[in-house]
Amino acid sequence: MLVELIQSFFAGLGWPWGLPEWMQVGLVILAKIVVILVPLMVCVAYLTYAERKVIGFMQVRIGPNRVGFFGKQMWGLGQPIADAVKLMFKEIILPAGADKLLFLIAPVIAMAPALAAWAVIPFGSEMVLADVDASLLYVLAITSIGVYGIIIAGWASNSKYPFISAMRSAAQIVSYEIAMGFALVGVLMAAGSINLGDIVAAQQGGFWQWFWLPLLPLFVIYFISGVAETNRAPFDVAEGESEIVAGFHVEYSGMPFAVFFLAEYANMILISVLASLLFLGGWLSPLEGLLPESVFEITLLGSLLGPGLHWLVVKTLIFLFFYLWFRATFPRYRYDQIMRLGWKVFIPLTIVWILVVGVMIITGTPPWFDVA
Amino acid sequence: MSFEQIIFYIFSAILVAAAVGVITVRNPVHAALFLVMCFITTSALWLLLEAEFLAITLVLVYVGAVMVLFLFVVMMLDINIAKMREGFTGYLPLGALVAGGTIAVMWYVANNDYFNLTNMPPPERLAADASNTRMLGEQLYTTYVYPFEIAAVILLLAIVAAITLTLRHRTGTRYQKIDQQVRVKRDERVRMVKMESEERK
Repeated sequence: MLVELIQSFFAGLGWPWGLPEWMQVGLVILAKIVVILVPLMVCVAYLTYAERKVIGFMQVRIGPNRVGFFGKQMWGLGQPIADAVKLMFKEIILPAGADKLLFLIAPVIAMAPALAAWAVIPFGSEMVLADVDASLLYVLAITSIGVYGIIIAGWASNSKYPFISAMRSAAQIVSYEIAMGFALVGVLMAAGSINLGDIVAAQQGGFWQWFWLPLLPLFVIYFISGVAETNRAPFDVAEGESEIVAGFHVEYSGMPFAVFFLAEYANMILISVLASLLFLGGWLSPLEGLLPESVFEITLLGSLLGPGLHWLVVKTLIFLFFYLWFRATFPRYRYDQIMRLGWKVFIPLTIVWILVVGVMIITGTPPWFDVA
Repeated sequence: MSFEQIIFYIFSAILVAAAVGVITVRNPVHAALFLVMCFITTSALWLLLEAEFLAITLVLVYVGAVMVLFLFVVMMLDINIAKMREGFTGYLPLGALVAGGTIAVMWYVANNDYFNLTNMPPPERLAADASNTRMLGEQLYTTYVYPFEIAAVILLLAIVAAITLTLRHRTGTRYQKIDQQVRVKRDERVRMVKMESEERK
């Protein structure tokens, strides 16, 4: 749609200035990156707003309601913009004993993987920046680099609380990556592919065909591990504001601090999109198979009820709401309990369910695995 | 020079520079981070060889897990660099010998009759949609299934052995028994006491 429009704008009409072909290709890719990242950044900004509003309502408060546009309050919709501007103009403080270079690189290392992973996320059957064959593996590999941002930040600050936080987060992320990886093994067994687009295509056929049902334990484990991987409540011991002040970003101020925040929220959105792609059929419509085929051919209503980007957005928003809901509801896990949950509960559970999935595939259990 | 060659030389230069960094920087944490950089650039070079599965796995396993634990340990250790550098001249001949041997072996592999360009021509380019992962999987699970399974069993054995070696039962330590906590009933924790109301004196 939009991407194709831009593509035709750049590639078509013979280029009056006669740019070489490689430059055209580069420009098209650059335009696609902008088309993905600008809405993502807007989503990140308004996710912070949504978080404060949702948690506010859950705790019978109002949340931010002052900053609006054009002199109107507008339920505080201008708050994220105001926050961003404030952080941009704040002073960047370098602690005296810090490793200066690593201290400044750390937020960049946290941010880069959170954005790079979006390169292979499909938004529709044809809408993907890079249709890599092993895209699921790529996402796993790229997101596993993100932990270095936290570790390096904790170490380079040369301060005790950030260091404790770095240690905690390193151990936690490595532990939950295993559970997450095993949960994904179940998905790729069921789909028979490690390409995200093919995984969604394998879930064709309506709400009951999606992988959330045959892979229910893996689905739950994947999302909980995802919450742990992004260091969000109730697994936010790396931040732990009541014990280690704010963990790895105690010493950060201004824009580097903001970049850590952007990375965290971009990662939240990434985990939510992945969960909807892998277990909730991505852009597929839940009404397929429930409504007669002819309904999807009605001009406007049909495309709304049929598969499309809007379903992916809706599913992602559901997971994001879960994130906020968790944060408003659960008390923080104690550290040894986190480790116990990861190693002694999730990993054995995933191994057992991988076995069950294998048996289901071999026996061709209907309605999910009966077609070869 | 083609675009691919330019990319190859850029990444190779970074790789060599990072490798030199690993062994020359004074700070062990910096050395570990240089090693991470080595792995990432190596993975980029493997991508150029169309070995995308291995490239991604290298990042996933070595960068995402092994080096994180490595950093974890290195950060915790209090390494005295001055003391480590003391024996430099003593170890130099041995190090030079090992390095020389390695270079000789590499030279021999690259220059003998079996691996020269006539016997081992560069493989043909695969089509853009060829799945490296699928090909690797097919080979591993058909032709090489026994070596693969044996390697898996050995690794499992190593895991079990490592856990048993470090496992020790300490008596007298207090820890949570989660299942007991979950199974607890109200009567075990709450005692209702009937008390007569008393008059304030």
